[in-house]
This record gives sequence, structure tokens and C-alpha cells, in this order.
Amino acid sequence: MTTGFQKALDRVTRVRGVRGAMLVAGDDGLVVAESLMEGVRGNALAALAASLAKRFRRASETAACGLPQFIHLQASQGSLLAAPAPSGMLLVVVAEADINVGLARLEMLKAGEAIA
Amino acid sequence: MTQTRAVEPWTLDPLQHFVGESAARLALLTTTSGQVIAQHGFTRAVDVMSAAALGAAIAASTSEIIRMLQEPAFRMLSHQGQSHGIFLARFGTPRGPMLALVVYGGDSSIGLVQLFFEQFTRDLAAACPAPEPAKPVLAADFERDLHESLAALFGR
Repeated sequence: MTTGFQKALDRVTRVRGVRGAMLVAGDDGLVVAESLMEGVRGNALAALAASLAKRFRRASETAACGLPQFIHLQASQGSLLAAPAPSGMLLVVVAEADINVGLARLEMLKAGEAIA
Repeated sequence: MTQTRAVEPWTLDPLQHFVGESAARLALLTTTSGQVIAQHGFTRAVDVMSAAALGAAIAASTSEIIRMLQEPAFRMLSHQGQSHGIFLARFGTPRGPMLALVVYGGDSSIGLVQLFFEQFTRDLAAACPAPEPAKPVLAADFERDLHESLAALFGR
């Protein structure tokens, strides 16, 4: 199972501009598997990204838009991408500012299906 | 209105910061024997006393199991319920070991609580005044001290 998670992360980290990826337990905000560059605090990122995704889900449901499928947070020096996986996990990616978001999104959704 | 109160004033700011960041609903800071140091979110003294006693008992019994397994000392326990989670941790301060009992709801997570708890222990260590020499415990002072502690915790 752990190898499956790692394969899913490898698929995403191969995309140019991805600085790291991690699988997070959606409800708990704990790290399940990670492949991050040095200097990124995995546990902090997991907890905060899961909290953010939870709030987005609430906002999206309140707006009658259904469940969020992909979250893209664009910051001044990079991007944070998140895709809820069907298994209840959250796939989180830290990326460069100039990443090809469409390609990253595609690979993240495929990776999410692979770990379902 | 939910309030944070402390018997030891130096714990107040770190506890308020922790509760604000982690979105914890209840938080209780005690000694390892269950003596209350600070609390957030409790409205009744009896709930504080019960939670403090139970937290200390859980920590003590878990410590004993850990000792039997020859593992390093008890650090933390977590229970995830349907609508609430419980986090119990033992940590060191310049004033000696303490316990923190934290209850969180759906607007937080164990990941968030753990994350900000690390910061909380650092903030407490930084805020802790130098240890005072131990004073003799006198029976005559017991009731007065108890009332002062309850007044500090519940503002009565």
C-alpha cells in the first residue's frame, strides 16, 4: 500500500515545477506519505492544507456548488495545489509560480484515482 | 462568552494563542497530579476538576504501561470521536512536567492541534518565570488557596 502511495506521489513530482507532493489524511491533517524538498515543514503543511480544504469544502457546499475537486492557491512565490482523493485523502502539491497548472491538475487527479 | 483563565498568569498568553490558532474548544493545563494551572472553555468548576483528575489518571496509567514496555516516557494520546477529538499530552517546562488536555471539534483536526501544540510548549517555556523556592504546605492555607484558584479560573 505504501508503495502505491509513493508511486502516486512520484507521478506528480515528475511534473516540471513541482517542488513537492504529499498525501494527507483529509479529516486529521496528518501526513500519510510525502515527497518534499528540504525546508518544507511537512506536518505543518499537511495540517494547514487540510484545514484550508475543509473550509473550502464548507464554502463550496454553502454556495451549492458541490464538493471541490481541485484547489489552486496562487501566492507571490509559488502555488499550493490540492485535490481531494476519493479515499478521503488529500493530495497536496507545492509548486513553482510558473508551473503548468493544467498538467499538474491532470496528474494529481490521476494519482488520486490510483490511490482510491 | 468563552474565556481563558489561569491560576498561573504566565500561562495565559501562550494558552490564548494556542486556542486561537488550533481552534480548540476546551483546553486544560494541569500538573501531572491534576492540579489545574489554566483552562479555556469550561464553564463549571466541577467539569474542570473532573477533566483534570481524569486526564492525570489517563496519563498515569498510560505512563505505567509505557514503563512496562520499557519505552521512553509518555508524550501524547489522541482519541478521535464522531464530533469531537481529544488530545492529551505530557511535556516539560522549567516549572516541571505538565499535562495538556485539549478537546477539538470539526473545525479543527488532530494535525492542527499537534502543530500548534509544539509552538505552545515553546511559548510556555519562554514565558515561564524562574522557579521559586518551595513553600511549606499548611493546612490553614489550603481552603484560601483553593478559593483563590477557583476565583482565578472562573472569576468568582
